[in-house]
Amino acid sequence: MDNLIPVLVAVPLLGAALLLCGGRRLDRVGHLLGTLLAFASFGVGLALFFSMLGRATDQRPIHDHLFTWIPVNGFQAEVGFQLDQLSMTFVLLITGVGSLIHLYSIGYMAHDEKRRRFFGYLNLFLAAMLLLVLADNYLLLYVGWEGVGLASYLLIGFWQHKPSAATAAKKAFLVNRVGDVGLSIAVMLMFTTFGTFAFTPVFAHASQATQATLTGIGLMLLLAACGKSAQVPLQSWLGDAMEGPTPVSALIHAATMVTAGVYLITRSSAIFNLAPTAQLATVVVGAVTLLFGAIIGCAKDDIKKALAGSTMSQIGYMVLAAGLGPIGYVFAIMHLVTHGFFKAGLFLGAGSVMHGMNDEVDMRKYGGLRKYMPLTFVTFGLGYLAIIGFPGLSGFFSKDKIIEAAFAHGGTEGWILGTCAMVGAAVTAFYMTRVMLMTFFGERRWVDDAEGNQPHPHESPAVMGIPMVILAFGSVLAGGLFSINSSFVNWLSPVTGYEEGHSPLSTTEVTTGTMVVLVLGVGVAWLMYGRRPVPAVPPLGSLLTRAARRDLLQDDFNHVVLVSGGSHLTRFLVYLEGRGLDGLVNGIAALVGGTSGRVRRVQNGYVRSYALSMFGGALVLVATTLLMRAVA
Amino acid sequence: MNPVNYLYLAALLFTIGAVGVLVRRNAIVLFMCVELMLNACNLALVTFSRLHGNLDGQIIAFFTMVVAAAEVVVGLAIIVSVFRTRHSASVDDTNLMKL
Repeated sequence: MDNLIPVLVAVPLLGAALLLCGGRRLDRVGHLLGTLLAFASFGVGLALFFSMLGRATDQRPIHDHLFTWIPVNGFQAEVGFQLDQLSMTFVLLITGVGSLIHLYSIGYMAHDEKRRRFFGYLNLFLAAMLLLVLADNYLLLYVGWEGVGLASYLLIGFWQHKPSAATAAKKAFLVNRVGDVGLSIAVMLMFTTFGTFAFTPVFAHASQATQATLTGIGLMLLLAACGKSAQVPLQSWLGDAMEGPTPVSALIHAATMVTAGVYLITRSSAIFNLAPTAQLATVVVGAVTLLFGAIIGCAKDDIKKALAGSTMSQIGYMVLAAGLGPIGYVFAIMHLVTHGFFKAGLFLGAGSVMHGMNDEVDMRKYGGLRKYMPLTFVTFGLGYLAIIGFPGLSGFFSKDKIIEAAFAHGGTEGWILGTCAMVGAAVTAFYMTRVMLMTFFGERRWVDDAEGNQPHPHESPAVMGIPMVILAFGSVLAGGLFSINSSFVNWLSPVTGYEEGHSPLSTTEVTTGTMVVLVLGVGVAWLMYGRRPVPAVPPLGSLLTRAARRDLLQDDFNHVVLVSGGSHLTRFLVYLEGRGLDGLVNGIAALVGGTSGRVRRVQNGYVRSYALSMFGGALVLVATTLLMRAVA
Repeated sequence: MNPVNYLYLAALLFTIGAVGVLVRRNAIVLFMCVELMLNACNLALVTFSRLHGNLDGQIIAFFTMVVAAAEVVVGLAIIVSVFRTRHSASVDDTNLMKL
């Protein structure tokens, strides 16, 4: 039973290999095969889960050493899998939500001629992400980490005939590289400090390392997490990544990729707990990002980009919680799982809307769609209620716990973080209500597209509807199930540790507060977008709105600070190289060439001129000899 | 007669030969000028032999003659061969190896 762990990774990897190498003969069954293998992986995950549930708490983590990857004296890179409660949670989320997205893609990508390749990439994505969460050492985790980066690159740029998609894929890859450098430095630091990078010994010896080393490792891990999880300052790729097909966005935002950063921080809790500076940096990153993403989400008219801002913001909550230490880890993961459900549901709903609207993404051209797409409306609506934290739904339980933990951080910091999280909740309610109202309510605003086709909004086929329904159930129920008898806390705390936070505000006060900001956010959104018709052309808006439409100037910042600085440096170096080094070498070559060109003329090929030089030489010799004799 | 006069004659002959080598183009003339220079040297050697009263110079002169005879055989053969292929004995025309 326990040696099933490698199968989890192997099954989707096999799918990727088959679909990508199988060629055209698999075109007709490729999508079914890919989906089947994803579900098979989910089945294996479930089997392992029930087997784990059957064991006592301290027996639950299992370990499976496969082979030694690089056996060198003093450097042992092992390939081994570790399945504990944290990995198990991720395995179920990745394979479960991932399988549903596979199923949905069958309908969504039905008319795409590269469908087989698409499913191959999806399987590759699952395999890489599973490798990431199952690895028992940082080096193997790094392999999965890079695999996720590769798969995301391939999928974001899946429609590479669109230059914008190709650019977005490159951008995602490059920004992720910055984070990857952080992870590789962290792994190297671990190796020099502890002599190993396997989880168990590193965490066991973490307390013996110096404070500076731990802070360094923590900050580098945080940088890595920022890259993968799209946190400030490495957040700019996420919005552009919407160029990929919508199921890809759902996969990236719910089950894979952006959750990797939160996993990394939670997995490395033993290091972060001992490095307060790194923890402080983590909470700052989380708090800044949750507001940053929320503000962007408010201004976007593209439904997918509004949801992307939302993801950034929600991951910000998770990173904030993970930075709070043992009072937050469990809730970070809990929010991650519930977010996996409702964000996947929201993205699949958005894809369904686009499917019915000739791939139109501008919400100003939607309006009143609830009559035409009742199923999408209901499932999207449940996801919406879950994300804004409507009482009783998933987001209510997980997000409130994070806000409470933020207050419980203590002191002024706690108040600042708690207030940020609270404001974030209000803004979340605002922008999600805005999306909801602009898409499903109000007057119909759709117009003929460029080819003059009138959109005929229609419900999506069942193969797309079923995953949306299942995810909607998850969005409604998951939070409540996790909270009964603190079941999720009890499940995860043996791995991540858990401390009851001592909040200056009682649970009732926090809940009341979040309810007030929730009503406030929804109310303001209704006043602006529900009560009066939405203009088809976006109004100019305030300075903040205009900045938020440009992603709060993140690209402009990157361009001015990093790109132009870098290109000026490069140009200077090229100049220096061209004029300095090349100049020296070319100068010597020109000198030798010129001199020899002139000297060559002496060799004119006439015997008599050679004879003349011989006579001249003999004359000089004789003259010298005579002169010397005369002197002597 | 003062033997030094033979040395003057040798110098004169040598100079004529050298100038001939430098200014003429015909291979045959060039060749004769080289012979003239060799014989000028022979004359100088014989004169020195007489002045010093030993036979070393005269023996070297014999050697020179033998070498010159061999040189004439080879040199003339080359010149004839060049003339046959190129219909010219001018040394300026034999420039096949020149770049």
